[in-house]
Parts: sequence; C-alpha cells; structure tokens
Amino acid sequence: MSDALSGLYQQVILDHSKQRSGDRLLERADATRFERNPSCGDEITLQFVLKPGTDIVEEIAWQGNGCSISMASASVLSQLAPGLTVTELQATIDEFRTMLRSKGVGEPDEDVLGDAVVFQGVSKYVMRVKCAMLAWVATEGTMADVATARD
Amino acid sequence: MSLSVAGTATIAPLTEAEVARIRADFPALAEIVNGEPLAYLDSGATAQRPQQVLDAEVDFLKHSNGAVHRGAHTLAGLATEAYESARETVAAFVGADAEEIVWTSNATDALNLVAHGFINATAGRGGAAAQRFVLSPGDEIVVTEAEHHANIVPWQEVAAHTGATLRFVPVDDNGIWTVADAAGVITESTKIVAFSHVSNVTGFIAPVEEVVALAHAAGALVVLDVCQSAPHRTLDLRALDVDFAAFSGHKMLGPTGIGVLYGRKELLNALPPFRTGGSMIETVTMVSSTFMPAPQRFEAGTQPVSQAIALAEAVRYLNAIGLDRIEAREEQLADRLLAGLAEIPGIRVVGPARGVARAGLASFDVDGVHAHDVGQFLDDKGIAVRVGHHCTQPLHRRLGLTATTRASAYVYTTEAEVDRFLAAVAGVRPYFGVSE
Repeated sequence: MSDALSGLYQQVILDHSKQRSGDRLLERADATRFERNPSCGDEITLQFVLKPGTDIVEEIAWQGNGCSISMASASVLSQLAPGLTVTELQATIDEFRTMLRSKGVGEPDEDVLGDAVVFQGVSKYVMRVKCAMLAWVATEGTMADVATARD
Repeated sequence: MSLSVAGTATIAPLTEAEVARIRADFPALAEIVNGEPLAYLDSGATAQRPQQVLDAEVDFLKHSNGAVHRGAHTLAGLATEAYESARETVAAFVGADAEEIVWTSNATDALNLVAHGFINATAGRGGAAAQRFVLSPGDEIVVTEAEHHANIVPWQEVAAHTGATLRFVPVDDNGIWTVADAAGVITESTKIVAFSHVSNVTGFIAPVEEVVALAHAAGALVVLDVCQSAPHRTLDLRALDVDFAAFSGHKMLGPTGIGVLYGRKELLNALPPFRTGGSMIETVTMVSSTFMPAPQRFEAGTQPVSQAIALAEAVRYLNAIGLDRIEAREEQLADRLLAGLAEIPGIRVVGPARGVARAGLASFDVDGVHAHDVGQFLDDKGIAVRVGHHCTQPLHRRLGLTATTRASAYVYTTEAEVDRFLAAVAGVRPYFGVSE
C-alpha cells in the first residue's frame, strides 16, 4: 500500500466512516440542507442548530450516503462544531477548504481544525476534495439560511 | 469455451500473444501509475489510442489541414477528400452508406440531434416531409430503465416540448429486461423506441431484432445507442433495421470530439436540422433559408475534421484485427471476470449471470465499501476502473445501489490484468476493515 493511500485512509477516518457521530435527523433545526455530489451520487441531509438566543452552535446532525471520506468528514464536523460561534465555525470551514485545496503541500492549523487535520491526506487526491467538503458545504448553506432568516 | 453466443462459436478469439503485440501500439498502456504498471480497465468510459491513430491525426494536420467544403486551394481539397473518405470508411464499418453518416461531437450530441429533430418537426419545421416526426399528446416515447442518461434526458425534453409521454421498459433485480417486457410497453401509441444495444453497466446485450420488429409493427421509429457495441462487435445497422443509431469515437480507439449519427437516408433527408448556420444551407436570404440534403444539413459550422480522419484510422485498425475476434476475446475476458468475482466474498455483480452472453465488462457492489473507495484502492495498485452511477441513476436506483465499480475490457486487455484486478478486489474489504 502506498504512503499516500495510508495518508488518505487514516484509521481515524475509517473508524468515523463506520461509527458516525451526529448520524441522525432531529425533529427541529434552525436550518436543513440537502447536498449532492452529482458526479458520484453521494448525498447528505444536514441540520444546523444554535443554542437558543445565541450564535453558538449547539448541534450538527446529518444523514447521508456516500464514500468513507464524505461520511467520515461529516462525522468529524459534527463532533467539532458544537460550542463554536458561527464566525469560528466559518473560519474552521475556510481553513478546512484551504487545507484540502493545498495539493498535499499545505500546513494546516491544527488549533483551528482539531481532529479534521486527519483529512490532510485528501489534498493529494483532487478528485476526492469534493467528497471531504460535502457536509461542510451543506453546513455553510445552513448558516447562510440562518443568517438570511435573521435579516 | 462452453459459452453459447450465436455466430461466435467458430471464431478464434485473439490470443494472449496477439494481444501482447497489439499492446505495443498503445503508448498510454506503458504508463506507470502509483509505482505499478497501468492496468487500464476503463475502456467502457474511454479507450486508449494506438500510435497509428495518433499519427493519422498529426499527419493530417502537418500535411493536409484546410477548411473542408470551401476554398479552392490544394490543402482545402486534400482536407475535404480525407474528411469525406473518412465518412465512407466509418459508414462501411457499420453497414451504412456515406450519406447516412452524420458527424457529431459525440454520441450525446447525436442523440440530441435526433431528439431536436422531433421537437423542431412538432414546432412546424420541415414541412410535409417532416410530418412523420410530429408528436402530440397521446403519443408515447419508450426507453428502458437501464439507459444511459444520454438516452433518457433528451427524450424527456422531447416529451416536455411536444406533450408526448415518456414510458420505460422496466428492468429486473439484475438490471435486465426481456422482449416480453418491451412488448408490455410498446403499443400503437408508441412513436419512438430508444434503447442501448449493449448496456454500459450490466453488459446486457439487447434483443435488437425482436424489439425493432415490435416497434415497426407499432409504427414507431427505433433509435439505437451503439456506444458499447460498435467498438466491440461486428455491427450491420441496415441488417438490424434500426432507423437511427449513435456512437462515439473515443470509445473505439479514436479521438474525443467526434461522434456519429446513423440515420436511414430517407429519414435523415426529412428530419429538420438541429443546429443551423454556415455549411448546412443551399440558399440564404434575409427572410429565410433552404437546407442541404443529409448529412450536410446537420453539420453546421466548422467540423471536427482531424478527429474524423483519425476515427477512420481507428476503424481500419479494428478491421485489421477483426471485430469477430475481438468479440470472442472479450467474451472470454468477461467470463474470467465473472468467475473471479464470484469467488470473492461480499461482491454482488449486476447484469446477466455467468454463462449468459454479455459484453466484456462487469459492474459490482462491494458490501460495506463505497465504490469510490474501491476505485481509490485499485488506483493505488495502478488499476484504472470506473466508479459511480455510470450516468445511469435510474438503473442504480432500481438495483438499490447508489454507485458501483466497473471493470471494462478491450482489445488490449490481458488475462494477467484481469487477474491483477481480481486479486486487488479480494483485498478491498480486508483493507477497509469490513468483516464477513
């Protein structure tokens, strides 16, 4: 097995893809988005919940169907997001996207990304960046919906 | 071989030694991928090209490049001659006359050309001659549930524009349909029957003659997608008696950017054009225009000339080997694929069972591992396969799958490559930690 493949499929990722955090749908959410990667058919329904009266994330819940990378990145995100403000979460998503687009040469900020740094290996595989971004793009959508609803 | 496909019993398949010699013509097959020799099992998506085809295109561009069907200079003449000679070569390859062959940019474009002919006729274009293409509410278009999106979506557009209804022949749990299934959907209301000769996912070989008979008895026209058959087996479109057929160059050792629409002569000359503009007209005034006969009436604007010429070289290359022998070889490789996959736990192959005729490909699900991860794992070992829904979302939905992995063989595929692929697939579930 090549080092690159081992870097892509780290044990943490394989574990998250099977034992998924946040893999459930809620009765109530501040916003819900459905995202699909049309080229491969991977899909996710993602719900975003803020602590009442604040801009602090309470929970990200989701259900989806897709490859180990897309499912594990949703799982990691749902663990990482609670407690962050909306601004902090957007900064985390920006950093995640920057890391994934670094083509294997970026130095991710572990303080911002936490466990999500395990996806650094994805950046060597341009075809898989969309997989890792699926839940994160859905989350950006829900945050935009929440912001719009407030305006 | 105990396989029984009519007509191939006496044909000697290509031998491993012959395949080894053929491979030497294909520069891309010598690539090293992730430290391993490339095992290219994705010819169903796009085939690699032999040096002869690459040379034909470059030689044309070096020595004969000019605008076709216009200009009086020497190169323009040479280009026009080569371009039209390519049309004759490709026509003969599928049992057609040159004027029944329309160059398109790909097979999708060819199918859209036919679909929009119906739409334009229904909108009143083409006059009395185009009456047979006019559709109205109550008319039906029939496709199968196994079609590529390119043979579904254009017909959805035709239905939306004309008020006709799109119906489909359902497939079974393996993605297969029968003549009886088709007979249950084709009625006196059917005006178009569009289906694939060979499925790009299941490798199922359609009962073309029987369906053509049903369609014609109902007064319907038949559109056959031959993208997965033209590169791999002898094709006589006139003997099959289809009305239109579409295929692409890049799946048969030729370039991208070139596709082919076949149409029966009298139909092509009556079908209203899809794209209009330069090169397809007879007379243009500031009020209206008249169109040239087929095939020129469908070839507006600058054409993919060097691609057409290279495609003709691909046809000569295939003819020199013999399509019958390629078909027999791929039948063997399909059996090797199926036999090997059957030995691996957790694999579900879709399509015809082993022993039933199928094209040289196999699509499968690996229990517990997504197809993208399967493809990534195989790529790490230098093995190129296709993963995803293969542009057949309705078929995959019917099979209860979101994605499959497909290995597809061609004239240069070796038994050793198939064996390497099988050994790698056996390692997928252990690698991803999926238990029995």
